[in-house]
Amino acid sequence: MNSTKLEPATALAELQEQKPDRVTIVVLSGDMDRVMAAFIIASGAAAMGMPVTMFFTFWGLNAIRRDGVSGGAKDWLRRMFGWLNKGGADSLPLSRFHFWGLGTRMMKRVMQQHRMPGIPELRETAHELGVRFIACTTTLGLMGISKDTLIDDVDQLAGVTTYLAEAKEGSVNLFI
Amino acid sequence: MIQSDVKLDTLGYFCPMPIIMTSKKIKELIPGQVLEVLSDDEGIKKDMPAWCQTTGHEMVGLEEEASDARRIYRAFVKKTKQ
Repeated sequence: MNSTKLEPATALAELQEQKPDRVTIVVLSGDMDRVMAAFIIASGAAAMGMPVTMFFTFWGLNAIRRDGVSGGAKDWLRRMFGWLNKGGADSLPLSRFHFWGLGTRMMKRVMQQHRMPGIPELRETAHELGVRFIACTTTLGLMGISKDTLIDDVDQLAGVTTYLAEAKEGSVNLFI
Repeated sequence: MIQSDVKLDTLGYFCPMPIIMTSKKIKELIPGQVLEVLSDDEGIKKDMPAWCQTTGHEMVGLEEEASDARRIYRAFVKKTKQ
């Protein structure tokens, strides 16, 4: 008969070894190029089998808003802000060379020619691969974005402690 | 020439698409089978071994062929586990 004795220390080490590397990405920017990088890193990591969580805050929230909906805030100040700050993954501006939309349109064209997926497709791919999307509640309120105008793929609404609890376990934590 | 069981064409796609397509396709294989990934993105030379190292699948080999204007890479990945 063959019996193996379990050493607590080795068992723990093995367990830690088996624990997959976690990735967290804070997406503060609403620039098309930055958001694109965030989704590419997220889906790449998910394809490698790592659990990935993306936290969207401030302008980054525009990447997880439904296209063509306005803020939906109650008071006029935030309603105005929500109206000025049009969201939707497909209408994010480039961080440079936006040129009132012309530069961004040209970039999208080049991406299409190179069979590069756009932001909505990248986001869908990331979600399909199991990347979790979390929207920051505080900035939702600040920016006058109501939660019913967010896409259905958003897994939860949370705050900074949720982020930190996850980032603490993360081996790759990015702020974009 | 390495023998493969399943072929995956990712020609024309840039990073991260070849890897994402690979990670989806590998689910259809049974352990022991070899997936051949066709790509013209040079990044695959480094990315596929890195993906294998992280996921635990075995990188069997990489072939490179230059035809006319472009280079085509064939990455062979053996599925090791379910």
